[in-house]
Amino acid sequence: MRLINRRPDRASRLLLVILPFSLLLFAYFTGSATRLTENPNDKLLPSAVQMADAVNRMAFKADTRTGEYLLWQDTGSSLRRLAIGLGISALLGLCLGIASGILPLFGAPLSPLLTVLSMVPPLAILPILFIVFGLGELSKVMLIVIGITPILARDLEQRAREIPVELLIKAQTLGASTWTLILRVILPQLLPRLLIALRLVLGSAWLFLIAAEAIASTDGLGYRIFLVRRYLAMDVILPYVVWITLLAWLMDWGLKALTRKAFPWYEGARG
Amino acid sequence: MSFISVQNVWQQYDDQVVLEGLNLSVAEGEFCTLVGASGCGKSTFLRLLLGQEVPNKGKILLDGKALASEPDASRGVVFQRYSVFPHLSVLDNVALGLELPRSALLGRLFGNAKREAREQAAVLLNKVGLGHSLDKYPTQLSGGMQQRLAIAQALIMKPRVLLLDEPFGALDPGIRKDMHALLLDLWRETQLTVFMVTHDLSEGFNLGTRLLVFDKVRIDPHAPGAYGARITYDIPLNSDRRAARAALDSLQQA
Repeated sequence: MRLINRRPDRASRLLLVILPFSLLLFAYFTGSATRLTENPNDKLLPSAVQMADAVNRMAFKADTRTGEYLLWQDTGSSLRRLAIGLGISALLGLCLGIASGILPLFGAPLSPLLTVLSMVPPLAILPILFIVFGLGELSKVMLIVIGITPILARDLEQRAREIPVELLIKAQTLGASTWTLILRVILPQLLPRLLIALRLVLGSAWLFLIAAEAIASTDGLGYRIFLVRRYLAMDVILPYVVWITLLAWLMDWGLKALTRKAFPWYEGARG
Repeated sequence: MSFISVQNVWQQYDDQVVLEGLNLSVAEGEFCTLVGASGCGKSTFLRLLLGQEVPNKGKILLDGKALASEPDASRGVVFQRYSVFPHLSVLDNVALGLELPRSALLGRLFGNAKREAREQAAVLLNKVGLGHSLDKYPTQLSGGMQQRLAIAQALIMKPRVLLLDEPFGALDPGIRKDMHALLLDLWRETQLTVFMVTHDLSEGFNLGTRLLVFDKVRIDPHAPGAYGARITYDIPLNSDRRAARAALDSLQQA
């Protein structure tokens, strides 16, 4: 039978899903065990016990200096920045996308501008953000906003243009004004697309967040990782990376579930 | 006086003339079927009537007044595809037409007004045979059912003109027959003036009270775009139906 026609059944699919993860873990822990037997003070590949210790210290014991539980404090700060950044970007992207995708008079100036702006590497203007907005929360949120808004706006502009012109005409024959047409026809059809676009930019949003935190911050997941790097504290860095990955995956999954639940009519949600 | 009067209308895109010197006068309540080869301007003519495009030359009068140059509620339309809103249930697809004109700010009604709009929509949907699918989304309907929905959606606005652009082109023959019966019933009940583009000649002959054939009279083999199509035949049809409609009208006026 050709490879293209062979499909795993339920049991073997599960096995195939687990396989690469277990291989990865196995490779890590054998490597870690080998290095630690040679040199018990090795810091590069900490054992599971060392990492559990570190997690315990970071998450469940109050920091002696500040009295805070560092992991949760870091997580809270990072997620707040991310949520504000993503929220503003989603709103801006939606408005810009609809305006330039549906209204030709707005699209003429906006569309080329968005194309050019989306080519500006956001990290390259990070220093400008620090100079203009200071080293506080604002510049970190702004980096996320500046980084992903043009991507969202361009995607939604494209999706808005893909709405068949027949539907726009039909809505007008049903008595819609430009405003109510956008409100009742365009917006509801773009919302599921917005959620999907958000899923796609989650990775970039995390990247910008961690970059901003690494450079100027006093808390946050990215700050912590770059801080403990000085002590080569891989036992903290690795759990933090796993934690960030888990958070990102959960957000992705949540957005997917939300798309499916909130927009049952949308076929693209079953991807 | 004629209800719709088309006076010397020309339409061309760049140097491609599509329609030339079109003259037509249609009485209220006629069922015009538009036939002709592909690319000879039937759908262009329909878009002009709809207000989606404006003629380069000439004018179209509706009830003695120049046609609005953008689509509005006076002219309903059913396309071959993409006529219904995928994000609204069957019921809301029709109720939308009652909500939009009454709420300029949100395009949406609440409370009693909303319930009344939905009841009114449900009555019409029952009539077109969709009474059992009120809560479904359009993607859950068959092609024929979607077109029924599109027709109901257009009729809820009580337009004076209904424009149909190959509405049954994608349906199989059995379903198409049912749709013809439905359309004729609705046409008899209302004062609707219908323009229907079709590729199916027998459909054109069976449904219409007037068949309009679009064709190019002049052809320059060296410049295929130089001349446009005109109405080459204008055939009155189904005189019984036409007479019944006229009798009904005179009774109503008496």
